[in-house]
Amino acid sequence: MTAGMPFYVSPEQLMKDRADFARKGIARGRAVIVVAFDQGIAFVAENPSRALHKVSEIYDRIAFAAVGKYNEFENLRVAGVRYADLRGYSYDRSDVTARGLANAYAQTLGTVFTQESKPYEVEIVVAEVGSRPEQDQIYRLTYDGSVADEQGFVAMGGGAEQIEAGLREQWQPGMSLADVLHLGVGLLAKDLAGGPDRELGAAQLEVAVLDRNRPRRLFRRLGGTVLERLLSSEDPMTQVPAEDDTP
Amino acid sequence: MSLRPESGRLPAAYLTPGSSSFTEFVGAHAPELLPGRRVLPPGVLEAPHGTTIVAVAFEGGVLMAGDRRATMGNVIANRDMEKVFDTDEFSLVGIAGTAGLAVELVRLFQVELEHYEKIEGTLMSLEGKANRLATMIRGNLPMAMQGLAVVPMFCGFDTDTQVGRIFSYDVTGGCYEEHSHHCVGSGSVFARGSLKKLFREGMNQDAAVRIAVEALYDAADDDSATGGPDVGRRIWPTVGVVDVDGSRFLDDELVAAAVDAIIDHRRGNPGGAR
Repeated sequence: MTAGMPFYVSPEQLMKDRADFARKGIARGRAVIVVAFDQGIAFVAENPSRALHKVSEIYDRIAFAAVGKYNEFENLRVAGVRYADLRGYSYDRSDVTARGLANAYAQTLGTVFTQESKPYEVEIVVAEVGSRPEQDQIYRLTYDGSVADEQGFVAMGGGAEQIEAGLREQWQPGMSLADVLHLGVGLLAKDLAGGPDRELGAAQLEVAVLDRNRPRRLFRRLGGTVLERLLSSEDPMTQVPAEDDTP
Repeated sequence: MSLRPESGRLPAAYLTPGSSSFTEFVGAHAPELLPGRRVLPPGVLEAPHGTTIVAVAFEGGVLMAGDRRATMGNVIANRDMEKVFDTDEFSLVGIAGTAGLAVELVRLFQVELEHYEKIEGTLMSLEGKANRLATMIRGNLPMAMQGLAVVPMFCGFDTDTQVGRIFSYDVTGGCYEEHSHHCVGSGSVFARGSLKKLFREGMNQDAAVRIAVEALYDAADDDSATGGPDVGRRIWPTVGVVDVDGSRFLDDELVAAAVDAIIDHRRGNPGGAR
């Protein structure tokens, strides 16, 4: 075969190959769950690292969650913070919306998917909490730039389908934070191969909330004793305490 | 400015790893948004000026108080302006000088600190914050030379050493740490005289509020550009506090009580002799 001889690859095949490639990369990582509760939106990820986050603050009411290749979603996260801060600075803080950001991400992912040598191996969620639960918004963006406006919950990453099936069955509007955390952690701990559930304690989890009762910046990480008590059945706590723990 | 690029996708500059400074990002991407980058026509402009800010360190924290007046020549341009701002969880900024630029600079500084915190996942050190502010003031030097000077004062709670600290600046961006207390603005000479006599080491917060408000009272007594407490309209000085619990503003009732006590004490004793 002569090197450099062009082969014809149909556009369908090309897109399918890229999609398969991206999907494979994304399914390799541990899952992240985004789930609404009565006072806001919770983010639960299996992530033993305290430094490399899968869930982060973007703006006052907006947070970001991602699975896939760290350097790629980290780039998108930083771009999102820049987009939000620049927009809020040149217009007003209230002009920064999850919808606007989700659109910018969708265009970016879509362009990269079709035009660059390889697609981003990421799936992300942009979530915004409103002053009432009906106003909460959760947007899921996939590697090709598709956007879905989700109701109540999203699971991404390895085993996402089984986790979403579990959420569909057991989640309902108006659940407390402790209830959605129990549900989420229980589903993350399920063994896909059918073995016994794994033990997932506070140290293996990255948990954060957008809490609509906080002033201005609603994003907050939950860890240490607060998370242990929220997850515990002996010494239960159903809502986040008003005062902060140290991050 | 390309906030909404044609394709709708995020511009390449957004996706380039690098600086966690918002000012640097804006400077490279949308420089016309930065106050220091504007080209002004020659001549000196008359614009509203904000006046006196005082800061007092107390046991376990530091507070900053500002009068509410903005003046333009002999005219009172605004009587309920805020000149003390919380810039993040553990810091406050007060600004004297050209009001419009000052407010813009504070907004930029607030975003700068929050942007760094979000990108880096950690708070900037107190010295880091003080130095960032110095850089911004330095960028404003051309404007200062045309009469649009901005002179800030920065206070923060040092979470490492658990003390409140005060930083002052000059128009060229020089940054100096002050001890115990400091004042900026047109009435600062009189406020400083007052604080020198009233300040005691190891004061508690209530005592510090009282002497800060009293120093502003003394400034307003001798400087026409500093507004005294406006009893008729119930406009009181702004008092911000930062300590281990973070930064916050005192309720009007608390400040009003301090003002009332001072007015009582000054009745028949206008110099406040003790």
